[in-house]
Amino acid sequence: MKRVFTCVVCPNGCEIEADYEGADVRAVTGNLCPKGRDYVVQELVDPRRTIATSVRVTGGDQPLASVRLTGAIPKARIFDAMRAINARTLAAPAAIGDVVIHDLMGLGCDVIVTRNVPKV
Amino acid sequence: MTHRQAIIIGGGPAGLAAALRLKERGVDDILILEREHRLGGILRQCIHDGFGLTRFGESLSGPEYAQRFIDRVEAAGIEAITDCTVLDITPDKTVTAVSRVHGFMQLEADAVILTMGCRERTRGALATPGTRPAGIYTAGVAQSYINLQNIMVGREAVILGSGDIGLIMARRMTLEGAHVKGVYEVQPYPSGLPRNIEQCLNDYDIPLHLSHTVVEIRGRERLTSVVVARCDGRFRPIPGTEEEIPCDTLILSVGLIPENELSLAARVELDPRTRGAFVDEHLQTGVPGIFAAGNVLHVHDLVDFVSLEAEALADSAAEYLKGGGLPACGLEVKAGANVGHVIPQKISGTRDFTLSLRVRSPLKDVRLTVRQGDNTVLSKKLRKALPAEMLQLAIRAEKLSRDADVEVSVE
Repeated sequence: MKRVFTCVVCPNGCEIEADYEGADVRAVTGNLCPKGRDYVVQELVDPRRTIATSVRVTGGDQPLASVRLTGAIPKARIFDAMRAINARTLAAPAAIGDVVIHDLMGLGCDVIVTRNVPKV
Repeated sequence: MTHRQAIIIGGGPAGLAAALRLKERGVDDILILEREHRLGGILRQCIHDGFGLTRFGESLSGPEYAQRFIDRVEAAGIEAITDCTVLDITPDKTVTAVSRVHGFMQLEADAVILTMGCRERTRGALATPGTRPAGIYTAGVAQSYINLQNIMVGREAVILGSGDIGLIMARRMTLEGAHVKGVYEVQPYPSGLPRNIEQCLNDYDIPLHLSHTVVEIRGRERLTSVVVARCDGRFRPIPGTEEEIPCDTLILSVGLIPENELSLAARVELDPRTRGAFVDEHLQTGVPGIFAAGNVLHVHDLVDFVSLEAEALADSAAEYLKGGGLPACGLEVKAGANVGHVIPQKISGTRDFTLSLRVRSPLKDVRLTVRQGDNTVLSKKLRKALPAEMLQLAIRAEKLSRDADVEVSVE
């Protein structure tokens, strides 16, 4: 089978034409680096993405601390992850790198704070 | 009047990077003036990741990317005044500003660094017919509400324009439980990056309708629907193709405009193609000692390149401040076939510089050529060239002569 993938690994956004059978990728063209091939294999077997969102903060100089995942999770679990993150509230101060959820839903990555929110 | 060596207008990614590099180059008397309460500029609300891949080799969110620079600016003891609005800059580099803490200020500078960024085109610029209900936001305003102020903007959304911030907001609103019904783009190709089409729209089954626009806005107090229509090759709606789409929110992602009111006050001449200043290879505007970089000069896709450009600016500005002048740039850089604009527009022919450009329309398997008279300075094959992706090339001085204009073409 042939299919064109848009690689999301970096801003180059390579258009990769892949020839594959099931999860067996026979040939890829159009990728500028080896990560493109890995991306195609991952997309065929278990597509994964990271997400970024915010968590409420009490007692801070801003109402929200932005957060992100430290690794990609299966696409199908994104909305479960949003529910788990939205259930959390932080007390100020929050600092970049603080872990909000360790090992999110057993998926092997953490939710970390990406904005400093000082206490008022 | 207070005198400063360098005054930087705007404490976003360009201003912060310029400040740090100036300091490294031995310029100690630096002042950053920032309109917002905090440094960081637009990065503060760009909470998605993908920033810093070039610069730091890792995928950071906007606030993290900004904080790395802010921490270094603070550690270097560079002075910044926030909550400060600059009112005027004169051609002889007198800066007038007001701030809550310092009141009215008039400052004299040896060099003025313009890093004010850009702003969004609004509904007014589109002149879309219809009523004037609540529920219509530019993508960046919606982003500020959701990511900074914890205010959800709506539940049923239509997005007009396929700029990157609109695509990012389509995903962001979907994650927050809104239903994004579709993205409508008047051009026959997307204006955002391909990876954002993939990870913000395709991942969430949000349809992208090319060659479509909103032709009417309906609703009294709150938006109740928009009417969309297919467009012909000259962006005119085709009668009979209208479709009404119920929604409570319309997000506009229809272009960014460099914010140059202060530049104009300083009599800096603007290029109608970039809507930023005409600059030479030193990123110096037509007014000696006034420099510009980042989105105020030309709208970038990636902050990593904004930082790099601002650092190049600071190298030149430091040289200007030490020597009192920079080599004259008498050669023109012209946008040739399929090239929308180029930066810089003037060069000396004696130094390395970074050439930035965008193509006018999507092209495949083409050759980018930089010519100086009969001499080919650089020639590069491109698999694809998209208007959404800025092209940047390092041009080496040894390939240049001092006696002919330069032309850049893609064909």
